[in-house]
Amino acid sequence: MNLKTIVKGNAKGIIMKSDNPINFLGAVDKKTGFIRDKNHDLFQKSIKDTILVFPHGVGSSVGAYTIYSLKSNNSAPLAMMCQKADLTTASGCALANIPLVIISKKEFDSLENGKDFEIDTD
Amino acid sequence: MELTKEEESALKGDKGETLELAYRILAATGEAINADKLIPINWAHLSGVNYNTIGDSGEEFLSKISKDAKVAVKTTLNPMGFDIDNVSKYNLDKNFIEKQQSIRESYERMGVEPSFSCIPYEIYDLPNKGTQVSFAESNAAIYANSIGHLKTNKESAFSALASALTGKSPYSDLRKDDSPNLTIRMKIKQPNELTFGLLGFFAGKVADNSVFLSGVKNLDKRSCKSLCGGMGTSGTCGKFVLGEDKTTEKIDFDEKEMQKIHDELNTCDKGDLITLGSPQLGLEEISDLVSILKNKSFRKRCMIFCPRSVQNQARKLSYTNELERAGCEILSDCCTCLTPLIDKKDVDSVTTNSIKGAYYLKNSNGVDVNLKPLSQIIKEETK
Repeated sequence: MNLKTIVKGNAKGIIMKSDNPINFLGAVDKKTGFIRDKNHDLFQKSIKDTILVFPHGVGSSVGAYTIYSLKSNNSAPLAMMCQKADLTTASGCALANIPLVIISKKEFDSLENGKDFEIDTD
Repeated sequence: MELTKEEESALKGDKGETLELAYRILAATGEAINADKLIPINWAHLSGVNYNTIGDSGEEFLSKISKDAKVAVKTTLNPMGFDIDNVSKYNLDKNFIEKQQSIRESYERMGVEPSFSCIPYEIYDLPNKGTQVSFAESNAAIYANSIGHLKTNKESAFSALASALTGKSPYSDLRKDDSPNLTIRMKIKQPNELTFGLLGFFAGKVADNSVFLSGVKNLDKRSCKSLCGGMGTSGTCGKFVLGEDKTTEKIDFDEKEMQKIHDELNTCDKGDLITLGSPQLGLEEISDLVSILKNKSFRKRCMIFCPRSVQNQARKLSYTNELERAGCEILSDCCTCLTPLIDKKDVDSVTTNSIKGAYYLKNSNGVDVNLKPLSQIIKEETK
């Protein structure tokens, strides 16, 4: 797979995929990792310990703290994969040491929800 | 992204843990937005101040780094959770107040100006045209790029903090004179500030880094701030340019599109209370409000959010007396957006003219939202 690495690292887990961008501050509970935005396709699901695949982050710049808080509360994804990197997701993952990679649309489309996946950027 | 020798050495940790952390953030964000180098900036505006949003882990992080970190350039701050002058009137627990004070002290220890405002572009003199800055508050970044003739990434809380500590930021397309690749044609006749907020929210959803907006006339301050606030909430777009480029793709913002966004954010017909200010109100809007409220008063609670410096000016001009007479609660240093002062235990619904406020009231505070333009709020909610 053709990856662009934003934050290095290894992770192995189950894919949780969303077709909607994520507003970390507004839509994610920073303690539990549950998605609380009723309009989001991951509503009432937890992103904890998943390989989170989503188009990109949106909205408040404070979402970077949400990503850091998720990690501190042991509720963060194991890794994230996006089609486009935004500053909120990139900086949050950098500080929290969560592997983050960018993939093409074709690769994004080929990833299936619920499948096992391993990221190794080292 | 290419780093200089000095930057490489800071990234390796030769200049201490804090700068290593700052460069790690800049390196990741630089890669993320395809920057080829870091460039100097001379003003950073930080988000991540409200204990309600950054929580215990944020408070602990800031307390730790502020032991030795100092900002390298002028650095200002977003709103926090409350106004210390009247916090006793609201049901905030002691823990919240203590943690918020700790966050304030951490920033002050690092040399940050305690401005507690999401509208730095209204309360500070703007530097020369083309100056590179790093604004994390999304409405402020969009305003700076689109109206303020400054250049900034749509920074995150951490990328702006890293810029404040190093005086540098990744040189992205948004910092150059990039031309938008999309035009949104504004098709709504006689728009008000709510319409512009909805346009912004729509534009944020469909645009990439920047967007042309055609058919926009008479963009007053209130509408402009509403547009920037809406745009910053829904997407990654960091700049709008008024006008149209024939070569770009075009999308219409018409009644149908507007209704869709309205239905997404408006969840009820009536609010228990009213909030004005997200972004915070500037002096011009306060003065305007005083004129509109002449011989009128609100039938229910109305919370007004503005920066401390604006409240001080408004006090000298006796505007605050007038607003208080009309039943307004004036709050400084905090904002509608992500306020802990509205709790779903006591409040079911809020009336506001702010699209940004509506999104976070609904998703973070968990209350219902009734969206109305200011003119309608005054007409229906005052006597």
